[in-house]
Amino acid sequence: MIPAAFDYVRVDSVEEAIGALAEHGDEAKILAGGHSLLPLMKLRFAMPEVLVDVGRVAALKGVSDAGDELVIGAMTTHHQVTRDPLVRDHCGVLADVAAVVGDAQVRHRGTIGGATAHGDAAGDLPATLLALEATMVAHGRSGLREIAAADFFVGHLTTALGDDEVLTEIRVPKLDADWAWHYEKFSRVAQAWAIVGSLALVRRSNGTIEQARVGLTHMDAVPVRASATEAALAGASAEAITAAAEQAAEATSPPEDLSATPEFRAHLARVLTRRALEAAAG
Amino acid sequence: MTATEASATTTVGRVQLRKEDARLLTGQSRWTDNLAPPGSLHVAILRSPVAHARLARVDVSPALAQPGVVAAFTGADLADAWAAPMPSAWQVSDDMIVPPHYPVAIDEVRYVGDAVAVVVAEDRHAAADALEHVDVDYEPLPVVTDMDDALRDETLVHADAGTNRCYLYGYEAGEVDRVFDDAEVVVERRYIQQRLLPTAIEPRAVVAQPVPATGEVTLYSATQVPHFVRVFACLVTGMPEHNLRVIAPDVGGGFGSKLDFYAEEPLLLVLARRLGRPLRWAETRSENYLATIHGRDLVQNLAVAADRDGTVRGLRVDLTADMGAYLQLLTPSIPLLGRYMYPGIYRFEAHAFRCTGVFTNKTPTDAYRGAGRPEATFAIERLMDDLAAELGMDPLELRRRNWIPHEQFPYETIAGLTYDSGNYEAATDRALELLGYDDLRREQQQRRDDDDPVQLGIGVSTYTEMCGLAPSRWLGETGYAAGGWEAATVRVTPLGKAEVVTGTSPHGQGHVTTFSQIAADALGVPFEDVEVVHGDTGRVPWGLDTYGSRSLVVGGIAIHGACHRVVDKARTVAAHLLEAAEDDLEFVEGSFRVRGSPEASMSIQEVAFAAFGAHSLPDGVEPNLTADHVFDPDEFSFPHGTHLCAAEVDTQTGAVHLRSYVAVDDVGRVVNPQIVEGQVHGGIAQGVGQALFEEAVYDEDGNLVTGSLIDYHIPSAADLPHFTTDRTETPAPGNPLGVKGVGEAGTIASTPAVVNAVVDALRHLGVDDVPMPASPQNVWSAIRTAQGGGA
Repeated sequence: MIPAAFDYVRVDSVEEAIGALAEHGDEAKILAGGHSLLPLMKLRFAMPEVLVDVGRVAALKGVSDAGDELVIGAMTTHHQVTRDPLVRDHCGVLADVAAVVGDAQVRHRGTIGGATAHGDAAGDLPATLLALEATMVAHGRSGLREIAAADFFVGHLTTALGDDEVLTEIRVPKLDADWAWHYEKFSRVAQAWAIVGSLALVRRSNGTIEQARVGLTHMDAVPVRASATEAALAGASAEAITAAAEQAAEATSPPEDLSATPEFRAHLARVLTRRALEAAAG
Repeated sequence: MTATEASATTTVGRVQLRKEDARLLTGQSRWTDNLAPPGSLHVAILRSPVAHARLARVDVSPALAQPGVVAAFTGADLADAWAAPMPSAWQVSDDMIVPPHYPVAIDEVRYVGDAVAVVVAEDRHAAADALEHVDVDYEPLPVVTDMDDALRDETLVHADAGTNRCYLYGYEAGEVDRVFDDAEVVVERRYIQQRLLPTAIEPRAVVAQPVPATGEVTLYSATQVPHFVRVFACLVTGMPEHNLRVIAPDVGGGFGSKLDFYAEEPLLLVLARRLGRPLRWAETRSENYLATIHGRDLVQNLAVAADRDGTVRGLRVDLTADMGAYLQLLTPSIPLLGRYMYPGIYRFEAHAFRCTGVFTNKTPTDAYRGAGRPEATFAIERLMDDLAAELGMDPLELRRRNWIPHEQFPYETIAGLTYDSGNYEAATDRALELLGYDDLRREQQQRRDDDDPVQLGIGVSTYTEMCGLAPSRWLGETGYAAGGWEAATVRVTPLGKAEVVTGTSPHGQGHVTTFSQIAADALGVPFEDVEVVHGDTGRVPWGLDTYGSRSLVVGGIAIHGACHRVVDKARTVAAHLLEAAEDDLEFVEGSFRVRGSPEASMSIQEVAFAAFGAHSLPDGVEPNLTADHVFDPDEFSFPHGTHLCAAEVDTQTGAVHLRSYVAVDDVGRVVNPQIVEGQVHGGIAQGVGQALFEEAVYDEDGNLVTGSLIDYHIPSAADLPHFTTDRTETPAPGNPLGVKGVGEAGTIASTPAVVNAVVDALRHLGVDDVPMPASPQNVWSAIRTAQGGGA
């Protein structure tokens, strides 16, 4: 619980942050809200030599309207995402999910960019961004790069971000009024990582499900989508939900830990997906 | 049913806001780790990462070369510092093995967390970093973590002992074999009391401040037991008692985990004297989980013999209890403190009890809130529910048929204790009314009929417990090294304030407030005018500290007695000064008045000043208003109560949602209702933690897998329902205040209430047990197994 020694650099701009990363290479880590990184450092699971604090980079904070998309600065806190009028009006699912991240303290310090760059499959936001088909914007020495959510989460606590890249923005699509959603988060205690979470995003049209997307939390080393369930629901009626949800765990490799066996996780994914879809499509 | 009535001028029985809180809630508290004597060095301890190994080589010289490091020691370096090994204070049987145990391991480590080496550095970070530079060759030895494996003695925790069996304890009363042979019904069960991590909000910390010129040391420790620490630290280090002052500053919870004597206390004492500098040590949460005692960890095999009509006849209890790798201060006694409570509130005619203590390569266990009594209460209350199910009876009807009726107190139980008083009928009736029991039973039936995915269960727990540790004579008979009395001194200062010195040592309970109320009423002084001194052997020479719900029941009575001695002396002085006979004086609202002459009176403050001046005292009366009292109880006190829990169980996910919880407790006379309620709330939460959330998990190599709060789940307010609390009040006959103690009641009662509710929700599905914690995984597996699906 006492971290190893590290140097601390506070930067005022994205360019400075990129410069600091370039200078220190993979020995440096970006410090955003610190609510994932600092616990790992206290346990000495992470021992970066340099922390680059982007907490005062104003350009990384806040939400803006970019036509079909919302642009969310990486340093926008979960609490701000939850309360932001643009997010609430145009991508309410993100506001709803951000509201159940961690606890109040985490939501006031932790940031959407930090949680995304941390890439924890047990976090609530990665699966949500995956289901939203969000785009991550990264800045590095070689310039700007847009990374689709489907390409962003590549392994356990591993993302497509390069050592010299800073995640600066997350772009999410605006959802029109035909979209409905529900997130089922299932955890051991009220304030804990999800054992399993299932986010259902459903677009309804004329009494049928035009499109369904299901993001699963903590069902694999990375956030995943329940593709078979989604395929089974395309163009189907709500009656198809029960059967479709039975396929929710297909092609996943659920981890084993103290809270759940893989079998139980797969079972939970099916139950929670059915409930999330019913709530969203109901 | 009675509520405590307080008269207009007394404070006992009334809510008085806690004197402690303004300071504690505004950051003006004084925790051990906040104390930073000038020139302090920081101590860090290298803890074994392996569960069992021979220390082939421990080399601290690379650590010594690190920046900021002042000194470093191996266990061998310190071996000659110890006058005696770490103490085990309770010899529970003649055959009990006490393995040698030193503050730093000398040649072998026996659990993950066992101390291997010590580094002293200029700051905490330098000390922590330097630990990584201590070179250790661990020669692995075989590890045993499971009690059944350990009892085969193939892998020994202590090779010299020749066995892993620490002790075998037995007790039998009545014709057990005949009762079981003749029984119409026998129900046998095996329950597991999982290992728990006490998780006091303040981890342990020690500061040692030496006075090199005199050899004196002041030792600050986040402990429940500063007086114990002083005695044992002197035994282990050979230091004379008069040179050691032990202070427990503000202490942030203990739950029994700080009712102990830990290696760091003599270690810092010895190193501070050796280095001539003040030393500080504070454990992190992860270190706390390895190096502070664990709780529970019992396997309970039980059998109840009963008649078909539900009359219980005999009870067999066979325990195996995990000691961990060494005996801490009270380790072997904890399951045996519970041994008296296995018959619960019921009338058995025969009872057999057996307990086998077992060494394993794990952190030692010791007292955790309730200390044996929650385990016993869980077992009997679960067993009564299972018997009721077997007989097709309502669980409350079965209890009513068997409990001790209120007119039969005092009642000597088959376990050999005499219960002082109680009224189980009244508490249960009130609890049923508050819960709406009959309506919930109807809803339960409806949900069963509808095959609702969410089923409803009602859990019953009718408990009693033994409080007020303890009659010294009883402790001696059971093999305990110390007594169970408590001491108090009460002084009325020259300017009329009351100073109450208590040998108890609070760590969150609100003693200052409760004791101020007792003294204010007894002395007739304002509540605000009472100061309570505690937790400092320099100011409180005699004391046996705080544990076992003893502070009010033993310590409070000592204060009450000392106050009355002060009043008696004041009466003598006042009579002299008022030129009246003592018998003609009445003491009302803090004043002595001559009966029939209302103008002739003296306040206790005026008497105190006169006694301080000592210009005119009766012959043979010494100056000052002060008195001591040491109270040694003749008997335990027996709080009791009925807790009812309604739980919704989602059969599809295994999730348990506590819908409502009713606690009706009878803790005797109540001094401060708000403090009692706080104890009940916290206790229930802690018991729910065991029932639903908490489990210390080891892997087969002896690694603590739940090594931080990420994996060890304690409930927060968001996980708990509203608690509906009420009280009945049956005064304790054994003490003048009629108090019984409340520190552990909630924890004792709530665990079986919750698990009984979970099982009750699922019993129609064929589930007759859910292992604790009743996590979603365990509930789901229990349902699957019952339905033939396998876990």
